[in-house]
Formats: sequence, C-alpha cells, structure tokens
Amino acid sequence: MVKEIERAGIPVVHMCTVVPISLTVGANRIVPTIAIPHPLGNPALTMAEEKVIRRALVERALKALETEVSEQTVFEK
Amino acid sequence: MLKVVHYINQFFANIGGEEMAHVPAELREGVVGPGLAFQQAFGGEAEIVATIVCGDSYFNENLEKAKTEIIEMVKKQNPDLFIAGPAFNAGRYGVACGTIAQAVKEELGIPVLTGMYVENPGADMFKNSLYIVSTKNSAAGMKDAVKKMAPLALKLANKENIGASAEEGYMPNGVRKNFFDQERGSKRAVNMLLNKLSGKEYVTEFPMPDFDRVAPNPAVKDVRKATIALVTSGGIVPKGNPDHIESSSASKYGKYDIEGVMDLTEETFATAHGGYDPVYANIDPDRVLPVDVLRDLEKEGKIGKLHRYFYTTVGNGTAVKNAKGFAEKFAQELKADGVDAVILTST
Repeated sequence: MVKEIERAGIPVVHMCTVVPISLTVGANRIVPTIAIPHPLGNPALTMAEEKVIRRALVERALKALETEVSEQTVFEK
Repeated sequence: MLKVVHYINQFFANIGGEEMAHVPAELREGVVGPGLAFQQAFGGEAEIVATIVCGDSYFNENLEKAKTEIIEMVKKQNPDLFIAGPAFNAGRYGVACGTIAQAVKEELGIPVLTGMYVENPGADMFKNSLYIVSTKNSAAGMKDAVKKMAPLALKLANKENIGASAEEGYMPNGVRKNFFDQERGSKRAVNMLLNKLSGKEYVTEFPMPDFDRVAPNPAVKDVRKATIALVTSGGIVPKGNPDHIESSSASKYGKYDIEGVMDLTEETFATAHGGYDPVYANIDPDRVLPVDVLRDLEKEGKIGKLHRYFYTTVGNGTAVKNAKGFAEKFAQELKADGVDAVILTST
C-alpha cells in the first residue's frame, strides 16, 4: 500500500516495528515504532506517558515527510 | 545418523496464538509439532535432536538478542542441519525463519533449509541467500511442504550436489545450474509459443527480473499547511467492524469518517486484525492509529489538517495483489481530496 500511495504522487511515511519488512516492500520514508501489537503506544507506561511517546513518533514522521530523500531512509531520530 | 535442529514458533509448538507471541526462545529435546512429520519423512536417515521454540513477536522485536540466544542453543547441539519452519504465509514467522537460518549458516557454517509461501516477506528478504522451499499459503499445506523439504534437507545435510530450483522445489535464487534437457531448445521454444498462442499455460525459461521500486516523492514543503491522511494495515475499524473486514486474508478495505473524533476509544473503535494480540489496540486504538496526537497537532497549528477520512485494512496474510489494488483505488481518492501526505501505520 505504501508503494501505491507513493506511486500516485503522494509522499508517505511508513511507521512500523519490523523495519526489514518495510525495506523489502519498498517504503522510502520509514519511522521505526515500539512493538508489533502497539506500534504507537506502550502499555507498560501510563496513558499520559504513552501519549508523549506517541507524539514524539508522529512528530518524527512529520519531519520525515518534510525531509527530501533520494533513497530508502530510516528515520531513527 | 544425521542430527537436525528444528526451529518453530509458539503456534506450532502449541503454546498459543498471538497472545503468546512474546515468549522468548527455549530449547526442547527431540521433536515438537511439525518436526514429527519431518522425522517420519527422513525415514531413519536423520533425527531431530532438539527443537527451538520462539515467539514471533519476541524474535522480531528483539532481533539481535534472539539471534544470539538461538545461535548459542544450536551450537551446543552441533547438528548436521538446521531446519526453520515452514512458515507458510505468516509474515513475522517467515522473517524469523529466514533471519535465524541465515545466521546459523553464516556463523556456524551448518547447512540450513526453510520453507514459506512466495508472498511471505521473508521470501523476498532471503531467497537469494538461502534455500527456501516454496510452500502453500497456510498450514493446510504442511504435508506437501514436508514432502518437498525433507529430501532437500537430507541432500543438504549429506553435502550432495543440489539441482536446479525447478527440480528441487526451492525458490529461484539467481544461481544458474547447467543441465541437459531431454528436448532441444528450438523444440521447447516452439512448444512454448504454441501453448501461448492457444492460451494454454507455459513456463518461461527466462523470467524477467522484477524490480518494483517507486522513487520517493519530493518532501512536503510545510506540514503546518498540509492535509495529512492516516492509513493503516493494523485493522483499526469502528467498533463492530461494520464492513466485516476479514481478520486475515482481507478482501477489502474500509474508509471511515473521523470528523469531530478527537480520540479513538475502547467504546468507539477496535481492531479487526487477527495476526497480532488485539488487547492493546482494543483498549486504546490510538496505539495503532494516532488520531489523538494528530488532533492536538492540528489544534496547535503544527499540521494544516487531519484528513476527514482514514483508510484501513488488515495486513495479515493479505495477498499482495489485493493490498496493491486497495491502495491504487484509495490513493486516487486521497489525491482528488487534496491530501498532501500520508502517515501509514503497520503492526
């Protein structure tokens, strides 16, 4: 799906936990996430703490969308 | 007697399904689960001395740690062969089988074999570096998989010459094998052409390489002015799953209006996905589809707008052809609606 969205001309960032799969599939902007069943959360924390982490990850995704890339790029930070 | 170590996941070890996918690697003596079928197929030539069981999520979330632990276990057994799976169309299991087989091969120098369905992401990742037997897409194909894997496993363990992929049943790995065919090339070519012209099936002897890569689009100039849409393969749907998106092998996607929705809650949304433990996503669906955070960012002016609709499907054993078809369709809608960028989340 990432590739078809990209092909349609819309920049897309893929947020996922298993980065090697995303690289194999062909996503160009990738943000690694926390865990498979809760990519944008961490049930070990309080809901408020989780939201802080979620926001940081989403902000990183927005930064990835604002960043020019020429090849597959994993935004670790 | 040849010694074999077998790697399987929590499901095939009968520990449990997705709710047990977090269990760490453990070594059990002898045969567990599908190992029995292999043992029988080996017909006394080889014995499974140990089975390593590991949860799919544990392996994929702790890649380096799990690899080191399992390598240590395999090393102690000093086997003649390492078999992983078969994983059929289970994505994380396929990636785990490929990763660990590759590590055993490289670090311990032991012959390895795995098996999976051609669309398993593990296949594309490892088919050029490992022997991967092509299997059916579900565990119903176990018998067929064992029938293909066991003879190849014995050949590998005995360090015999391995024939071409078409003869041995592994996925083509780009290595050319020379052999004399019974019919000469011109005759084969004419037969192929006749079959093609009459609409019959034929198998090419020279498949074209498949490089399906899409170049990245230019970056978004200013996200503060951009309309951002959310898409997910994590199966988040309005509670009750009104469009009945399947929990695996999805044949459709959903498009849902989130106008005025500030936060996804347990009462209003849930996941339809059958390929991961749904407990966390059901308690707070924002953990998969971050609507709450994007609403905050919208209010603060840090993004222009969150698009009124999100698109969702279940990425669990879903055919690549279906997923491609879904996105081809909704990407055009996103464009027509003036969406500037997409955040796609996956579990």
